Amino acid sequence: MPLIMGMSILLACQFLGELLARGLTLPIPGPVIGMVILLAGLMIRGKVPDSLRLTGEGLLRYLTLLFVPAGVGLMVHFRLIGMDVWAILVTLVVSTALTLVATVWVLDRLNRRRGRGRA
Amino acid sequence: MNVADLDQLWVYLSGNPLLSLLATLVVFALAVWINRALGGTALLHPVTLSIAMLIGLLLLVDMEYATYFEGAQFIHFLLGPATVALAIPLYDHRERVRRLLGPLLIACLVGIVTAVVTTLGVALAMGAQPATLLSLAPRSVTSPIAMGIAEQIGGIPSLAAGLVLLTGSIGCALAPWVFRLLRVSDPAVQGFALGLSAHGFGTAQAFARIGAVAGAFSGLAMGLTGLLTAFLLPLLTRLFGLS
Repeated sequence: MPLIMGMSILLACQFLGELLARGLTLPIPGPVIGMVILLAGLMIRGKVPDSLRLTGEGLLRYLTLLFVPAGVGLMVHFRLIGMDVWAILVTLVVSTALTLVATVWVLDRLNRRRGRGRA
Repeated sequence: MNVADLDQLWVYLSGNPLLSLLATLVVFALAVWINRALGGTALLHPVTLSIAMLIGLLLLVDMEYATYFEGAQFIHFLLGPATVALAIPLYDHRERVRRLLGPLLIACLVGIVTAVVTTLGVALAMGAQPATLLSLAPRSVTSPIAMGIAEQIGGIPSLAAGLVLLTGSIGCALAPWVFRLLRVSDPAVQGFALGLSAHGFGTAQAFARIGAVAGAFSGLAMGLTGLLTAFLLPLLTRLFGLS
């Protein structure tokens, strides 16, 4: 039963999220809204029910597997990727490097300043 | 005993969702095994490996992606509830989040804006097609969220998912080099940066290579980035005049 309870909670949150996203024509995917709903619910309840933890953490442990079917869909886009292969590769490498540098730099500075303020 | 014709058997099997579902699971297990045998390198992630092997397999037996997806959709469907489940690690680390909320939010915003603006900027400069551009835009967000966002802004979800996976492996490969360059040793900072720029791949890497604190902050960054990007990206693409 715990798996069924946990799955029901997750699906109910997703369902509510989809309902809100479609109903209010929000530019946010339904499952993301579902995540916020679940977070709010957990804050109110003050703890994660065992059934939910079992199912949720089980799903997250195999999160990588869940990407595979969509990733295989890359084969449909070979032509588009072929046209843009250099644009895609250069963009991914340059942008990922810059994102890492910017995040690390900002967080490290803010962290240090806060540390000094306290000391 | 009667034995059915081999080609008739194949017609039956290839039209049945069972085969592609089983193939996905077996190939993934094999990919995990290969990755482990190679010392768990970030350059050959089990997911990247599975996708390459499955594409090869489909091309080999001449099966359409749509036919494959009829079976694989059962796995694909679980991305929705898995996205919702990201609320659990976020909730677990709420105290730490509350303490560091200001710096984390600022760093997250800076990271997202850097990711989106440099992605769109470089891709535009390199002359990428509009559909590629819009599928690249959400690339630093974890796949389930990125696919939703890509769909919203007019990109191609499956292309976005693939690009997200590539981003993840590139981020994991670049991160140690960036940390050394900027002389950052704080595991919280390292983890957060990994989760922000390389989502699930980064989080797995943070747990495995740096430690539990880095892993927690990485998971947090992944959730926060997904959430904020979902709100911000439609606005930013409009700013670039793309949708």
